[in-house]
Amino acid sequence: MLKVNNIDVFYGNIHALKDVSLEVNEGEIVTLIGANGAGKSTLLKTLSGLLKPKKGEVLYQSQQIGGKAAQTIVKNGISHVPEGRRVFSTMSVEENLELGAYLRHDRDGVKKDMANVYDLFPILGERRKQPSGTLSGGEQQMLAMGRALMAKPKLLLLDEPSMGLAPLIVKRIFEIIKMVNEQGTTVLLVEQNANMALSIANRAYVIETGKIVLSGTAKELQESEQVKAAYLGGL
Amino acid sequence: MEWIQQLVNGISLGSIYALIALGYTMVYGIIKLINFAHGDVFMLGAFIGFYAIARWDIGFFPALIISMVLCAIIGVIIERVAYKRLRNATRIAALITAIGVSLLIEYTVIFFRGASPEAYPEVLPKTYIDIFGVSISSISILILAVTVVLMILLQFIVHKTKIGKAMRAVSLDPDAARLMGINVDNTISATFAIGSALAGAAGVIFGVYYTRIEPLMGVLPGLKAFIAAVFGGIGSIPGAMVGGLSLGVVETVVSALGFSLWRDAAAFVILILILILKPSGIFGKNTREKV
Repeated sequence: MLKVNNIDVFYGNIHALKDVSLEVNEGEIVTLIGANGAGKSTLLKTLSGLLKPKKGEVLYQSQQIGGKAAQTIVKNGISHVPEGRRVFSTMSVEENLELGAYLRHDRDGVKKDMANVYDLFPILGERRKQPSGTLSGGEQQMLAMGRALMAKPKLLLLDEPSMGLAPLIVKRIFEIIKMVNEQGTTVLLVEQNANMALSIANRAYVIETGKIVLSGTAKELQESEQVKAAYLGGL
Repeated sequence: MEWIQQLVNGISLGSIYALIALGYTMVYGIIKLINFAHGDVFMLGAFIGFYAIARWDIGFFPALIISMVLCAIIGVIIERVAYKRLRNATRIAALITAIGVSLLIEYTVIFFRGASPEAYPEVLPKTYIDIFGVSISSISILILAVTVVLMILLQFIVHKTKIGKAMRAVSLDPDAARLMGINVDNTISATFAIGSALAGAAGVIFGVYYTRIEPLMGVLPGLKAFIAAVFGGIGSIPGAMVGGLSLGVVETVVSALGFSLWRDAAAFVILILILILKPSGIFGKNTREKV
């Protein structure tokens, strides 16, 4: 579904991604783990069109999308839930969801999907009219995910959904990611919380200072001594 | 009774300030630029209305609409030609460019038609209506009505339509807006179009009300509308409306008290006071710098 071939991306003057390749197949949950500043968010931003690769190609359903405008990429079915949630704080929960469906013109479908999002996250339904800036961190994360789902993505890019959230909420968020995946959305999940990420993923990549250093099935990585030492808190 | 009369005058003047201030505040809200050329779009609006009425002999409302449409186009051209490429430049570069655009518009108009003032044709019947013993000119009432309608329309666009929601989203977080599939460039252009159309409307209204227009007429009202926008809280649409109306009333009251020479100073005193006491303005939010 998504194939990234040898891309180089610069973030200002910083060479943030060096010769990165990765692949996401339809129906999978793929996770990309790595420390702060390893280039995880840069990769997602490149996939969603906020950054342009200097070299290499990004193929989505065999089409080159690297360097295309963000709106084209959204239209093609890739939605990105950015790091730090980035909800539109003074706008209501409902308006945020409507913006998620900005490129859609099927009013009835949008309405139905909004109802689905409220089913998935009942708390959002209760706070429909509330400015989203007044929501708690976990609720904002749910809103950011719901907003992305409103675009009816085939591929969902999630950037650190667990960041700054209490363990119980993190658990809930990950259950929902699994549920969304089971309903047919492919997921590329970027995480620092390697334990959680590997527990729901099919396959995983490890990125270090802009380079993919390891890849394999989630199980393989969970058992890899290298990963255990560096990311899973094992000794 | 004379006071009510003065209040009406103040509100009429204030609604012109408010219409211009809306453009300032909307543009600031979306690209954080004080568009100093905005007062000159107001001037162009007045001249477009003037030529439409004088040359083609059309009525007030058609002239108003023509002026709004042409000003919207001019606003978009200014944005695309002058500001778009500076979007990632320092703010001071964009600000200096805005001043440059302002001078360019003023002196281009002078180059083509000279600096002499023009008398606005009387397109509206001037009658006086007696309300509780106060005679109010029908033009004042019409101006107020037009302003109120335009403001309601603006509120509707910003809060209920798709483009309005996109405008708010872009002003809050351009990158997140991009991820929604919003075309940020087009949204910014739409903001300039709407703001400039309102300035164009203000220009025609000014011409009809004060009957005298000239190429540098946009400078002072432009500055005052800017003050009104800061007073109301720059970036806030209700703030621009309230700021504009209050400034108009304050100026008329200062004149009515016999200090008409101090009229312009009053606006700047307000600016200084607001910058000292509450820099975010009445409706301004405390903006936190994003880390």
